[in-house]
Amino acid sequence: MNSLFVFCELDEGKPVDVSLELLTKGRSLANALGCRLEAVVLGSGIEGIEKELFPYGTDVVHLADDPVLEHYRTMPYTSVITGLFRQEQPQIALMGATTTGRDLGPRVSSALHSGLTADCTALEIGDHYDRKTDTTYKNLLYQIRPAFGGNIIATIINPDHRPQMATVREGVMKKEIVNRNYRGELKKINVSDFIKPEDLTVEIIERHMEARRVDIKSAQIIVSGGYGMGSRENFNMLYDLASVLGGEVAASRAAVDAGFAGHERQVGQTGVTVRPKLYIACGISGQIQHTAGMSQSGKIIAINNDAMAPINSLADYVINGDVADIIPKLIKHYKANAR
Amino acid sequence: MKGIKIVVLAKQVPDTRNVGPDAMKADGTVNRSALPAIFNPEDLNALEQALRIKEQYEGTTVTVLTMGPGRAAEIIREGLYRGADDGVLLTDRAFAGSDTLATSYALTLAIRRLEPDLVLGGRQAIDGDTAQVGPQVAEKLGWPQVTYAEEMHFENDKLVVRRRLERGVETVSAPLPLVVTVNGTAPACRYRHARLVMKYKYARTDTELQAENADYIATSRPLMPITEWGTEAVGADPEQLGLSGSPTKVKKIDNVILQSKQAKQLTSSDRDIEALVKELFESHTIG
Repeated sequence: MNSLFVFCELDEGKPVDVSLELLTKGRSLANALGCRLEAVVLGSGIEGIEKELFPYGTDVVHLADDPVLEHYRTMPYTSVITGLFRQEQPQIALMGATTTGRDLGPRVSSALHSGLTADCTALEIGDHYDRKTDTTYKNLLYQIRPAFGGNIIATIINPDHRPQMATVREGVMKKEIVNRNYRGELKKINVSDFIKPEDLTVEIIERHMEARRVDIKSAQIIVSGGYGMGSRENFNMLYDLASVLGGEVAASRAAVDAGFAGHERQVGQTGVTVRPKLYIACGISGQIQHTAGMSQSGKIIAINNDAMAPINSLADYVINGDVADIIPKLIKHYKANAR
Repeated sequence: MKGIKIVVLAKQVPDTRNVGPDAMKADGTVNRSALPAIFNPEDLNALEQALRIKEQYEGTTVTVLTMGPGRAAEIIREGLYRGADDGVLLTDRAFAGSDTLATSYALTLAIRRLEPDLVLGGRQAIDGDTAQVGPQVAEKLGWPQVTYAEEMHFENDKLVVRRRLERGVETVSAPLPLVVTVNGTAPACRYRHARLVMKYKYARTDTELQAENADYIATSRPLMPITEWGTEAVGADPEQLGLSGSPTKVKKIDNVILQSKQAKQLTSSDRDIEALVKELFESHTIG
């Protein structure tokens, strides 16, 4: 039975969260399929990294360790991954929907002529009956994602081409160690088998990476603003409320597009998925694009002046009115009642 | 440096960003035909980059390439109004139902026929948000790619591109030929130019001319043709197009109909807000 592969992305020599989340999901899918979970890691000076991947139930780690792989570059990474996939013939290949995964995934899928579904919010195993050819496909990967601006949910399959490829955003799947002592096998990739000199024509001149400033994913309380905040000035009121409540500020895609907040605060299908104890949605209409990333919050308060806003149907409390009037009141009454 | 031949990939998309109540059908699903068709926003960012290069290097040409139904010719006219030199509409029934891979196959064939030095396109289209077509085209051309570009200029014969990544910026240098996808953080596209609007107002594809009163248009204005290519013009294998050429299949579409929870309805009065805050304290949600 062909394996399930996860591309493990590194950030300063450490596996990024989304890769570990995909290993966790990959383990449960591999169990359902009765196949092995394999990881592929590329980098420079990354000996021993496999020890961080085995505990997630990884059966095999393919390691490519070479100075030309120090920072992600499209061509050399594509050559190594496609070369490895041609050899190993995985049935499924998963990647994080990071700037790296979204650059690499389509390139690999184009080279291998295999289908790729971006930004999946759920992955399941299931069968498919094709009426036209009267064929039943067993154990396909259901790649489930919102589409069309989040107004529909599509289930995508790749019946005839392998690997079945999907990318998933950070935070959508849960990260869980299966067994600290899980022992897998290490296989070293001979990089020169795959990389050609013409893969190295794009050169990195300069990199400026900032430390991760905002971490909305681990916040217990999130105050989130949408396009309905109206202006950047109004949006900034959310920081006051968040700081009083001890939470973080997040934003919908429309608010990010309008320049009210940076992309690192975006919640939703093309942003981060969050599961806080309390989610306060201010001036957010609640398109699926957004709710896909917050519907599992413990309690949801919707503040807006649109009684028909879709977010209201998800909320535990709906406050109808002007956000700019309500936020100072919330702060006032919080302070008055705090012990 | 001599002039550069640039192809800008553009897509006509339904404006999914603001789905208003009038675009909703009675059952709560979206009526797609009610949404306005627009120039995909990040493709406009790409067009602007192309026009900037054109201003700098004499002899540069900018061709807008779009794949879609006949009405997508609007995108090409929009490009011409803003400064593109010409456009190609890739249109054929055989293209319908293509996934990103089949789309990139068709676009690649058209690009090969146009023989550009540089292909620019938006990072992603707002109707699918996949960001896959650019890299898939680059792979099929066998060219390098630079994604998430927000600034670019030439140094000697190489294009130096600043990329916007999730945690910072990276500057790379890449030789031509090259595919670059442009981020929404790049400068916005210039507006239409009145002189160009006058010049290209009657730019039409052959199909449009047949549908309209061609004689009238031809006699009243100089006719500006828009190139229209089908599968034969680019030598496409029909098996690699449309549904049959698409590895991904849509198994199921669920319309999103939100199920109502029983929400507590509150007003913005001090009494309601205070009651809410107290309730949140009592349930240990806050505090």
